[in-house]
Amino acid sequence: MSDHPFHRVALVGAYHTRQAKVLEGVRELDLVIESIRGALGAAGLRPDEVDGVSVRSSTWGLNPREAAAWFGGRPIWTGVSLGIEGVMEAALAIASGQCETVVIADAQAGRYTDRAATSPWTRPTQEFVACFGLYTAVEFALIAQRHMHLYGTRPEALAEVAATIRNHGAQNPEAVFFGRHVTPADVLASRPVAEPFRLLDCAINSEGGAALVLTTAERARDLDVTPIHLLGSAIERQGMAYVAAPVWDKHGASGRRAAERAFAQCGLGPRDVDVCEFYDPFSFELIRQFEAFGFCKEGEGGDFVMGGRIEIGGECPLVTGGGLLSFSHPGTAQLLQKVTSSVLQLQGAMPEGLTVPGAEVAMTSNGGAGALFCDVMLLGRNPA
Amino acid sequence: MSARPPIPLPRPTELSRPHWDGCRQGELRFQRCRDCGAAVFIPQPVCGGCFGSELVWETSSGRGTVYSHSVVHRPPVPGFEVPYAVIVVELEEGWFMLSNLVDCEPSNARIGLAVEVCFREASDEITLPCFRPSEA
Repeated sequence: MSDHPFHRVALVGAYHTRQAKVLEGVRELDLVIESIRGALGAAGLRPDEVDGVSVRSSTWGLNPREAAAWFGGRPIWTGVSLGIEGVMEAALAIASGQCETVVIADAQAGRYTDRAATSPWTRPTQEFVACFGLYTAVEFALIAQRHMHLYGTRPEALAEVAATIRNHGAQNPEAVFFGRHVTPADVLASRPVAEPFRLLDCAINSEGGAALVLTTAERARDLDVTPIHLLGSAIERQGMAYVAAPVWDKHGASGRRAAERAFAQCGLGPRDVDVCEFYDPFSFELIRQFEAFGFCKEGEGGDFVMGGRIEIGGECPLVTGGGLLSFSHPGTAQLLQKVTSSVLQLQGAMPEGLTVPGAEVAMTSNGGAGALFCDVMLLGRNPA
Repeated sequence: MSARPPIPLPRPTELSRPHWDGCRQGELRFQRCRDCGAAVFIPQPVCGGCFGSELVWETSSGRGTVYSHSVVHRPPVPGFEVPYAVIVVELEEGWFMLSNLVDCEPSNARIGLAVEVCFREASDEITLPCFRPSEA
């Protein structure tokens, strides 16, 4: 067995609450609690077996130290980070003996009320961007436009990505856009939002929660679950998101160093990845990540995603549950959802048509070049 | 008749005030590192190239080219009149800033377009640096 600290950790429970554009009458706090119960239930663990807590709720201002009181005051470790970074932080706490079993949860409901504006989490307030009408879609569009100029990447490639992911969601009964199949032509015919992005190139807005349970690989062996092993992970930060102009020459390869480090931790490479649960805020970002993570060369991502390669039966099944484009984008919980979706896919817990047969290794990510960060994580059915 | 709702305007900080003061005076200011010569923007307390602290304000020629662009049809808040062009400008001195392309159709935005700064008064306190296609 490898001696990397990550390899002492297993992900044993993942859960998504009901997701919807608006969950009428549902409090965000209740979603957090439901997601914790769900993930612990999936792991076959009791609340009194939790000794690490990384639970939050942005609207309610709930922080992990408050949530620690829900577990009888037993937790001795609390985390502070979100998404992949939060999962890494919990894994390192476990691997270093600070605690044994961590529950991570996040949810969003009730925050997007001013529908004349874009959702609050898309609107930066920084003094050098907000006054020019920049928001997240524009930030990612500026990266996409430069790539299209340099490499001739076509709108059809962006549409292929968006349609493929949305069609995965259309087959997922838990997705907000369940049943909403689209063709690449539908994407190209949808109204422009921030060129080159059209409406169907962009993530949806929705409400819901997600939770994850991690414990030691040793403890995981005693549980009646399919443990998913943490094979590798790294974060890559290039500055604050949404404060300055995104520049392809500086930021276009964001995530390359993170991917190289994560692969090196387990001796794997892009060819070993069976499922690509990449961050999908906008269609182009997936093309960029295939390049940055080494699946293809810089500039070749547009061709790489064509011809069925990213469908469930293809070589690189991409965002198999529908992701942020179709499943759900519930505030910051969407970051955690990338990891929970990967766990559910590797555990064989996705609906039948969305299960990747024999999938052993999943790669997931948070953030992208428009956001000036890109974090990655590799998960496996087998230990490293 | 109703007035357009406001757009979010900058609130200058101690660090950024020289830039915004420059805009009110018709100058586009950025920082230059005395140690390594790098052009620095957005304003920083130290140089991102060499960690030098001697950053001095310089006035840009205001000329550059469009590095990337996006014509926006859905604004973040209703105060912005659509469509409008968000651009990344590469200034002559080798630094980048985000702005709007003005005085032409947004669809005129293209990579490599020569542009020059022009200033738009947005409030009593704030003047925004925008760019228009260069005359020459």
